[in-house]
Amino acid sequence: MTRYDAPTHWQSRYDHFIGGEYVKPHGGRYFENPTPVTGQPFCEVARGTAEDVERAIDAAHGAAAAWGRTPAADRALVLNRVADRMQEHLQALAIAETWENGKPIRETLAADIPLAIDHFRYFAGVIRAQEGSLAEIDDDTVAYHFHEPLGVVGQIIPWNFPLLMATWKLAPALAAGNAVVLKPAEQTPASIHYLLSLVADLLPPGVVNVVNGFGVEAGRPLASSPRVAKVAFTGETTTGRLIMQYASENIKPVTLELGGKSPNIFFDDVSAASDDFRDKALEGFTMFALNQGEVCTCPSRALIQQGHYADFLAAAVARTREIRPGHPLDSATMVGAQASNDQLEKILSYLDIGRQEGARVLTGGARAQLDGELSGGYYVEPTIFEGSNSMRIFQEEIFGPVVSVTSFADLDDAVKIANDTLYGLGAGVWTRDINTAYRAGRAIQAGRVWTNCYHAYPAHAAFGGYKQSGIGRENHKMMLDHYQQTKNLLVSYAPKKLGFF
Amino acid sequence: MSDLVAVTPAAAELIRSLRGQHGPLMFHQSGGCCDGSAPMCYPAGEFRTGSSDIRLAALTVAGVPEPVEFWISRAQWDLWQHTTLTIDVVPGRGSGFSLEAPEGLRFLLRSTLARRASDSSGEPRQPRQTAGSPSPPTAGGGGGGGGQ
Repeated sequence: MTRYDAPTHWQSRYDHFIGGEYVKPHGGRYFENPTPVTGQPFCEVARGTAEDVERAIDAAHGAAAAWGRTPAADRALVLNRVADRMQEHLQALAIAETWENGKPIRETLAADIPLAIDHFRYFAGVIRAQEGSLAEIDDDTVAYHFHEPLGVVGQIIPWNFPLLMATWKLAPALAAGNAVVLKPAEQTPASIHYLLSLVADLLPPGVVNVVNGFGVEAGRPLASSPRVAKVAFTGETTTGRLIMQYASENIKPVTLELGGKSPNIFFDDVSAASDDFRDKALEGFTMFALNQGEVCTCPSRALIQQGHYADFLAAAVARTREIRPGHPLDSATMVGAQASNDQLEKILSYLDIGRQEGARVLTGGARAQLDGELSGGYYVEPTIFEGSNSMRIFQEEIFGPVVSVTSFADLDDAVKIANDTLYGLGAGVWTRDINTAYRAGRAIQAGRVWTNCYHAYPAHAAFGGYKQSGIGRENHKMMLDHYQQTKNLLVSYAPKKLGFF
Repeated sequence: MSDLVAVTPAAAELIRSLRGQHGPLMFHQSGGCCDGSAPMCYPAGEFRTGSSDIRLAALTVAGVPEPVEFWISRAQWDLWQHTTLTIDVVPGRGSGFSLEAPEGLRFLLRSTLARRASDSSGEPRQPRQTAGSPSPPTAGGGGGGGGQ
């Protein structure tokens, strides 16, 4: 066990990063940024307004043309150098991210930061390999298709994986040759600036611009600007719809990732033997507590087949009780702090309605009150509810370490329950039978079906939603399509006129 | 009080304050991840409701000249209609483009069971859609919600 020290590398104040330098907010105002670990502020951050967003868009437009013309090999080199720099500072970045978000250091060290590093490398690779196409229309006519960047894009980042989600959006946008104006979440506005302190010298000025602030004051002007060619957003449905409305006014594309209520399905044969596979499946069940449940694909509905329901659920409850809460900077801690006070309050409101609806609490069910400096932080006990799929705790993403369990009879029943949701982002299927796995995976209406695994997010596996979970596929080279437009040169090599005129 | 949506005194106070700063207001109930489940507060008309939405209430808040409409998507309400909603407010950091975030506060929805989810008897509850009959004031009476 290692207990890391609280980070000391923060500046006391962060301005906007615009045009390669730090710029004070136009309105001169800042907001405090508390760590969810203790609830205490550790820095203050510029409170951006429309004027700041305009300035950032100006800077991006100033840089976009040259960056878009930069050879793919050179753009890839920048991304690889960013990745190398992050690798050199992996531990410091992990500590910063834990302090910012409240998540356990074991996750930031093993997942958030390594995945972000690899993501930059992945898009550095795929942009080198990307080719346009040509079509021979007839003997004299050729259609050439070129990938061209969109220009200046806006990106609005969520607070659950501040650095990784920023990377998911930055890497493909930059690889494709765009300049970016990025607004971090106001709940987690600072860790991106620590990253910038490490990599800003690698980026041409104006290619990456970061404007902090509240959604209504800084996010809205960015999302509604006619001067951004595309908006990417991860968040929830109402804001997603609002961003689509703004985009419709400007006839601009959007990509949206809006969450889910992901089913995790455990067929009877999981318990056919008490072996490594069953142990892995129990870990898969317990993945609802990863990142304190603050994951768009949190496996927050567990569907357990009737034949092994009682035994498997008992083992799952026991496994969940082994989840170790504690200081997020302690390497033994498995579940840390929720990201904000309002997030804590929302989770508690769902624990309340779950009980009112008649769901049984099998373990947890309350705020976790930790001692010492953690007493002011935002902690929740990992919680298992048992109930039915019509309950609101089965239909809404609580975004906390809370799973709702029910049973199913057979494959058709499992698929019916799994698909009885407004969303379709992630799902899990656990079985020893490849035919069952295949049929369930194809029948579930979700963009990602983890099969005998869960919560893996490797680059090169497309990630995105069906139904109300959004538009677009991140984490894969196909995301380049969402940051590029197609230029067709239709060229005639015929020396003679058509004869029409 | 609206049959379906109530407002706590603290939320009513925040609504009055936001009305003074931003003019007439509306709510649209969000779903999905991150700040999902939050009742988003906008200048009236900022969020364009359509045939996929349903107006649950036109809330009358003391000190606010016009009713504040509360909207939700029909698909979401289908799943929620066995509950009664109370708009509350807690210290918070932000929530999409909702107006209250810069105040260091955040609207929070609390829910109370109206009838059991498994109870299929009785008609689905529908909001009163008569535009001319907004709900009576709730600011003095507090919400009916299950507080923590």
